[in-house]
Amino acid sequence: MGSITLKNVRKAFGEVEVIPGVDLTIEDGEFVVFVGPSGCGKSTLLRLIAGLEDVTSGGISIDGKDVTDAGPAQRGLAMVFQSYALYPHMSVRKNIAFPLKMAKMSEAEQEKRVSHAAKILNLDSYLDRKPGQLSGGQRQRVAIGRAIVREPSAFLFDEPLSNLDAALRVNMRVEISELHNSLKTTMIYVTHDQVEAMTMADKIVVLRAGRVEQVGSPLELYSRPANRFVGGFIGSPNMNFIEGEDAARHGAHTIGIRPKHWKLSQAEGEFPGTVGVAEHLGSDTFLHIDLDNGAHIIARAAGEFPVHHGDRIFLTPQEGRIYKFGQDGLAL
Amino acid sequence: MARAVSQNTKIGYTIAAWLVALLIFFPILYAIITSLKTEQEAIAGFDLIPSFTLESYREVQSQYNYFRPFMNSVIIAIGSTVLALIVAVPAAWAMAFAPTKRTKDILMWMLSTKMMPAVAVLVPIYLIFLKTGLMDTRIGLVIVLMLMNLPIVVWMLYTYFREIPGEILEAARMDGATLGQEIVHVLTPMAVPGIASTLLLNVILAWNEAFWTIQLTTTNAAPLSAFIASFSSPQGLFWAKLSAASVMAIAPILIMGWFSQKQLVRGLTFGAVK
Amino acid sequence: MATRQTQSLARLMRAPAIILLLIWMIVPLAMTLYYSFLNYNLLNPASTSWAGWFNYQYFYTDPAFFEAIWNTLILVLGVLCITVVGGILIALLIDKPIFGQGIVRILVISPFFVMPPVAALIWKNMIMHPSYGVLADVAKFFGLQPVDWFAQFPLFSIIVIVAWQWLPFATLILLTSLQSLDGEQMEAAEMDGASALSRFFYLTLPHMARAITVVILIQTIFLLGVYAEILVTTNGGPGNASTNLTYLIYRAARLNFDIGGAAAGGIIAVILANFVAIFLMRAVGKNLD
Repeated sequence: MGSITLKNVRKAFGEVEVIPGVDLTIEDGEFVVFVGPSGCGKSTLLRLIAGLEDVTSGGISIDGKDVTDAGPAQRGLAMVFQSYALYPHMSVRKNIAFPLKMAKMSEAEQEKRVSHAAKILNLDSYLDRKPGQLSGGQRQRVAIGRAIVREPSAFLFDEPLSNLDAALRVNMRVEISELHNSLKTTMIYVTHDQVEAMTMADKIVVLRAGRVEQVGSPLELYSRPANRFVGGFIGSPNMNFIEGEDAARHGAHTIGIRPKHWKLSQAEGEFPGTVGVAEHLGSDTFLHIDLDNGAHIIARAAGEFPVHHGDRIFLTPQEGRIYKFGQDGLAL
Repeated sequence: MARAVSQNTKIGYTIAAWLVALLIFFPILYAIITSLKTEQEAIAGFDLIPSFTLESYREVQSQYNYFRPFMNSVIIAIGSTVLALIVAVPAAWAMAFAPTKRTKDILMWMLSTKMMPAVAVLVPIYLIFLKTGLMDTRIGLVIVLMLMNLPIVVWMLYTYFREIPGEILEAARMDGATLGQEIVHVLTPMAVPGIASTLLLNVILAWNEAFWTIQLTTTNAAPLSAFIASFSSPQGLFWAKLSAASVMAIAPILIMGWFSQKQLVRGLTFGAVK
Repeated sequence: MATRQTQSLARLMRAPAIILLLIWMIVPLAMTLYYSFLNYNLLNPASTSWAGWFNYQYFYTDPAFFEAIWNTLILVLGVLCITVVGGILIALLIDKPIFGQGIVRILVISPFFVMPPVAALIWKNMIMHPSYGVLADVAKFFGLQPVDWFAQFPLFSIIVIVAWQWLPFATLILLTSLQSLDGEQMEAAEMDGASALSRFFYLTLPHMARAITVVILIQTIFLLGVYAEILVTTNGGPGNASTNLTYLIYRAARLNFDIGGAAAGGIIAVILANFVAIFLMRAVGKNLD
């Protein structure tokens, strides 16, 4: 079990209001990702759920039980920290067993659970090492191991992959997703990386300046962004925005076109421009284009597209793929 | 700079560095050598080869009861350090892990008390000691040295504690540890190296303290620094015995100091240089 | 960590240290201030009376006072010059690839661990003694007249002893700072055609600036209080030639039993030390965040 409800949760550090008031419901078994630029309050929100910070006002309940004033240990949650927060003086085995020892579980049961977790996470042969002797990926696994042995009602991840190199990050992403599939426990995952959000989440919560901008499945957010911020944040490379007359022609203050939604032509089209850098990746070609109207945009062509620096090019947005935003940034 | 240095250059630097090092170390070395000489040899002119007699060491003990000031030094240095740690560990813990807006000001203020020249409070401390009967007692010196070094102890511990990531303590709490368990199982094992270094440095400082020890003791509680200073008069010890007493006074601290070079930099610069 | 429960516990844990230091700072200082306005001599405590500014005036008109201030200044500056310049040079030398670096380091830092009375007595009797000291032996070897250091150059002799004690401290801190200098930065400068000398002045020295500041400030605090070295060598003499402010106050309090005068001197010492302290606090404070 692990459904979590936030009711008008507000957090202020002194005068500074970090979370102005958030309502959110997380269903049991969901993989929820909090995403947003740094300083958007996503980590604070996670720490409020964990009980590591007191809420200024509002309420948090887990499985229908109010835990607003409960300490972190009483909430039945487990957390994986950005720095992994392993106990450097304990072996891997002791690290993983620590929460069980705190819960005064019998030695036999501890041993059973630790070896089970070690098997799941491929840590069998490292159990007697100290964290200092492990690689980044292995430390990450130990941190996850320490979380799963408790059989918590939900897992909290605070940017767990940001200290890993790119290749390892992709691997761990898949491993965490698989873990979720096999445990089917609620997971709340904080990241600033929209790729992690898109690939892992059942439900994404986009935050900006402590406010929830939009909640939805990855594809909902991708295809129906509620506002210009979400449109720009989700999807890689970023959505191109065009304002002014060219946007007014489409009946909007701003129009957004994703890089892959351009029709490219070397003869004619709605937006003429000049090719700057052309990145030929084989499977795709990314073109950085300076439009004649002054905008700088990125377009993606499938496969190879034979243009070079300085070539003239004409772009036309694909029909029905134009995102329209009003003056207030909201989708029209 | 992983560049190969020619063997000749390296030998050149080595000779220069060793010459400088030996020159700096020479007074200590010469005191050690002299302590192994007889009194006649000691004043017979420059000679690096002593007769290796331990006579002077024996006589320092038999004539001047060296053991007494030595034990005074041990008790005062360790006593004042342990007391300071008992007060400073909780304070530094609180400031490192539950800082408030005023924590920085408090730390700076503590540092400022260290800047107060000892001589400025000589008069009142001296009078208080006379009136309360603390004069020439170990307990009196323990109290004064503890208060004198408390700011350094708090600061050193604070800089060590701050290096323990707060996330680890949070992890412990998520794992269900109570505050007591957190301190026993997580904080203490991680803080022990820092506490040990602080203890070491503070024992060195207290052992070598020579203002208050001279002012506030006569014979009964005099530690080594006051004991040795009393031999400044011309009719004091002879060279060899003076050397023997000196070597015994500095040897334990010299060895401790060698082991605590790194911590020394940190402690004495209040963490400003690491 | 910012939960309410932790905060109240933290307050409780901070309190003993803060209260103790508060007492240690305020009570004696207030007493010193009070005594400094009294005619109070321990030899004649019955005739204690209010003195107003007399003690300060007395200090101010006493030629020994200015001599002591001057000596304090020379002592501090002299030791600082020797230790900072010497410290930089020795740190540069030890930082070079040499055989037995660990032992060299140990030898160089050792004097710092020698307690002041021992350091002073070793120098007084075994190194600088006019008939039995090593320097006298060296002078005789070259057929020269041995120098009676403490009679002829009392302040200089004390500067040498104190500098010997503090040179290791400066060296150790500057070496630590030197070793944190980025090797790639040096290589980049070399690629840019900077000579060894300009690399030292444009890269090494600015990098060490902070450490040098710290060395100067911390040493100044301790050097203002030099006492035992003077006590066991010259006793402040001949005359007042090697009396610093600390020693002058000590003499007033303990040898002349002039409590009022010593207290006034103490207040002056506090004011002097505060000048230095303000700078030191700024330097250290910057490092806090």
